[in-house]
Amino acid sequence: MFNLVNMFNIRLLKKSLPALVASVALLTSVSFASLTYAGQEYISTLRGEVHLNKEPQAPAIAKVENTDEKRQRAYPMQPPTIPHKVDNYPVNKNANKCMSCHARDRAEESQAPMVSVTHFMNRDGNFLAEISPRRYFCNQCHVVQLDSKPLVENEFQDVYNIIGEKK
Amino acid sequence: MSTIKKYLKVLKRPSVHYSLGFLTLGGFIAGIIFWGAFNTALEVTNTEEFCTGCHEMRDNVFEELKTTIHYTNRSGVRATCSDCHVPHNWTDKIARKMQASKEVWAKIFGTIDTREKFLEHRRQLAGNEWRRLKANDSLECRNCHNFEFMDLTRQSKRAMDQHSTALASGEKTCIDCHKGIAHHLPDMKGVEGW
Repeated sequence: MFNLVNMFNIRLLKKSLPALVASVALLTSVSFASLTYAGQEYISTLRGEVHLNKEPQAPAIAKVENTDEKRQRAYPMQPPTIPHKVDNYPVNKNANKCMSCHARDRAEESQAPMVSVTHFMNRDGNFLAEISPRRYFCNQCHVVQLDSKPLVENEFQDVYNIIGEKK
Repeated sequence: MSTIKKYLKVLKRPSVHYSLGFLTLGGFIAGIIFWGAFNTALEVTNTEEFCTGCHEMRDNVFEELKTTIHYTNRSGVRATCSDCHVPHNWTDKIARKMQASKEVWAKIFGTIDTREKFLEHRRQLAGNEWRRLKANDSLECRNCHNFEFMDLTRQSKRAMDQHSTALASGEKTCIDCHKGIAHHLPDMKGVEGW
């Protein structure tokens, strides 16, 4: 941080006099800010302990779990996570790749689980022939899982644990 | 008319000045040069530079290809336009190149010279390729992806299940399931399996 201030100094001295006068105020404010910053401890963020003016080393891209095995849901209403890769699966106005296996009329051939009956309901609770437009974009709720270290500790408690603790 | 007759007469007459050896050997060498030139020109029309020389391909389908695994991947093997869209076998290749004369026509008359026109024709254009690949049992896929060489145990369970049943029995071919792997899809309404 002090190097940064020095750098400012040199650059400012090279400038013409009116600019120098004008920038003295700026310089004092900059050094003041840096001093108070230096006095504080670093705040631990997801970014890690790297200065803002430095590019941190990016972590390796994690692999998508592709085991095709169902995972336990954390709570009964949880949208199931996707147990396979979905790279380049289009879900747009023209095509929905997910539904080419998970649709009602595709499940027999694909042996993929059919989307649940709630997906056919509109907001008034009526059942439609096709999945409801509000449920069209699968990735709003259903996501793949990565084989990566969690960034923060997960303190989620399964409902059975809570019931067990209360007993 | 008379000039054609004159030239025909010259062709019919035996050579006066050149020996038979010169003519056969000369013809042979000229044949090699002509064939080489023809083949080179044909191969030039199979290059990525040639295909992306027109904005119709460069701004639409080529841009889409760039995001897919057939363009860039961990092992650095690229399947470019002609690898999938031109048969490798010579007779099929010539047949396809003759068909392409219609594409030259479309280029001249600007059938898909704007993005809107291209999108309008997309379903038809995609349909042409699906039909071709369905008819030749996905030959262009199989030029690289040989079923005999596939290690099913290294595939995901889902892929293994499909490949060991539907593909192995010949009931399905690659393009039946793998539509839109190199380009964006058109409106898939009414397409089997969608």
